[in-house]
Amino acid sequence: MKLLPEEMLTRKAADFPPGYDRRQDPSSGRRSFLGFLLAAGGASVGALLSVPLLRFVIHPLIRGTIPSRWTEIGSVEDFASVTSPVQKVVKIEQRDGWRKLVTEKALYVCKDADGKLSAFSSICPHLGCSVAWHDEKNNFVCPCHNGQFSAEGKLLAGPPPRGMDLLESKIEDGKLMVHYQYFRQLLPNKEVIA
Amino acid sequence: MEPESVTLEKERREAPQPLGRRSGLNDRRRQADSLLRAALDEPIPGGASLAYVFGSGLLFLFLSQVITGMFLVLYYVPTADHAHTTIAYITKEVTSGSFIRSIHAYGSSAIIIVLLLHVSQTFLFGSYKGPRKLLWLAGCVLFALMLGMSFTGYLLPWDQKAYFATTVGTNILTYIPFVGDSLKSLLRGGTEMGTLTLSRFFVLHVFLIPAFIFTFVAIHVFLFRKAGAAGPIQGEPEALEKSSELFYPKQVLFDIVFALLVIAGLGLLAHYAPVDLGPKANPADTQYVPRPEWYYVPVFQWLKYWESGLAVIGILVIPSFIAILFVALPFLDRSPERRPWKRPVAVTIYAFIFIGLGALGAISHRNDLRDPTIAPQLAKQRAAVEAFMKKPFQPELAGPSLVAATLALTDPIAAKGKKVYDQEGCAECHGEDLNGTSAAPSLVGVGDKYDPVMLESVLKQPTQEMTDGGMMPVEVKDEDLKVLILFLEVLK
Repeated sequence: MKLLPEEMLTRKAADFPPGYDRRQDPSSGRRSFLGFLLAAGGASVGALLSVPLLRFVIHPLIRGTIPSRWTEIGSVEDFASVTSPVQKVVKIEQRDGWRKLVTEKALYVCKDADGKLSAFSSICPHLGCSVAWHDEKNNFVCPCHNGQFSAEGKLLAGPPPRGMDLLESKIEDGKLMVHYQYFRQLLPNKEVIA
Repeated sequence: MEPESVTLEKERREAPQPLGRRSGLNDRRRQADSLLRAALDEPIPGGASLAYVFGSGLLFLFLSQVITGMFLVLYYVPTADHAHTTIAYITKEVTSGSFIRSIHAYGSSAIIIVLLLHVSQTFLFGSYKGPRKLLWLAGCVLFALMLGMSFTGYLLPWDQKAYFATTVGTNILTYIPFVGDSLKSLLRGGTEMGTLTLSRFFVLHVFLIPAFIFTFVAIHVFLFRKAGAAGPIQGEPEALEKSSELFYPKQVLFDIVFALLVIAGLGLLAHYAPVDLGPKANPADTQYVPRPEWYYVPVFQWLKYWESGLAVIGILVIPSFIAILFVALPFLDRSPERRPWKRPVAVTIYAFIFIGLGALGAISHRNDLRDPTIAPQLAKQRAAVEAFMKKPFQPELAGPSLVAATLALTDPIAAKGKKVYDQEGCAECHGEDLNGTSAAPSLVGVGDKYDPVMLESVLKQPTQEMTDGGMMPVEVKDEDLKVLILFLEVLK
């Protein structure tokens, strides 16, 4: 007698213990219901266990971004006698997973006619060179392409598309605080780079 | 009705199969079905029993280790300068990090416990006998591989206890005559412990040993299925055959219940008593008293009794003898008797070794509690671990930012020079940290290459090569140039 493929694939009768009656225990009814229960139970336990694993994997995404940091530049009195822009270096801390990158960024603290302090990024809005203050010329000059800015950061001459970038600043407990940010180059209006 | 249905059945069998019906998908489904069937329909003489859950429990635990291990590698870096930071990051900062690391660390202890239960059950039930000799041998290999996993994994966090326990552990190799020192150096990647040791242990722990474990688990399971389940230790063969049950459903249920109990236990432990991390390994610490993980403590205590001359006997000959005895067990004990009470010699030796190991562990523990020099030091070490765990995670200062940060702090002249460097816009090309950018080379080490006079000349008048690269002459006041040169000179 020829066997159907299904029959050839099923176990030989000799594999089963003597006295074992397949009709009593077919792969249907109670047995397959238990199988379903086990599969469902296994799937739900597996799902439960995968929750911490998933949270572990997406940690870098769910961890809130570090709130923008106000960096202390110095006490207001330090700038009392300031007449021309002063260069200050701020330490910017960036977190990269388990690493901390500390970079130093230069900025200029200026005082306007009313005595109000403001801070400018020293990065030229043209191509990103470092703008330097020249006392003798009483203006800022970019060493790369000769962009020139006034003591208030306004564009005077040269290829830069806009004036120097004003940084957010505030005075807290008599201290000048600055929020250092990067801005996109070559645009007529300043635009923050995240 | 009956004859008709028979005819129908016959017709169905003899009718040519339409081509489309035997599609590949159907075939594969049938094959998968038969595989599952073959896996689940293993007959167990004497029926399912709770005593048989340890083997599948080990497989389950091993899979748990593989999964948690793979996830841990997402954040772990196996070098001496980052390993400890990354484990601290996982433990203190990453969401669920401490939980997953704890499941992995406690999982290794759980494997040792279930392994001992599995081996003891196999031994007491005499299940290594007869056609199951090779099965026992494959199991012995797996035992050794698992001990290798726990030994290599222990070093990876690179904290004090990991470092010093592994220093002692690898030193034991030197007791092996002739090749001991070379073996130790090979394992450590040098004569001393260092970052190369960590790399080697990582490769062993994550690639090499697991590959062998997968292979030997396959061999072990294959041999088990070939030999069939051993069944109870007594009873008439015919009665056992009669009462035999298939692996599915009852034994599967038992196995699943055991696995669930194990994972629940691990989960509760990991949640309520997470694994800690000590301070970073400090090789210069001469006070540290290393203690191995609990399952190595008996061996550790045993080693203490052997003084230099006899050490080879105690540390090498006796353990090797016991190991050989253990591995060769099915070849030495050839009687078909399986009941433990009819095998007094074998059972007595086994019990003696087990009780001996337990006693050694207890003695070691008692000594540590009583020793006036050790006890306070161990307490100090525990306090150091607690203190470290309380501290918030300290991110590692990334390499490039170190130069500028440290320089500016230490040397006032260099700090002045750095200011000139910043003002003149040198950083735009040579980098904030002087490590160079795509536009210009790094200046770190420039002080080694050029003396101050040469530096002054190239700064004032760059060479053709430098000008071609975009370097402009530095036009500053003499005193500024002087501090700038001093600053560059410091950058050796």
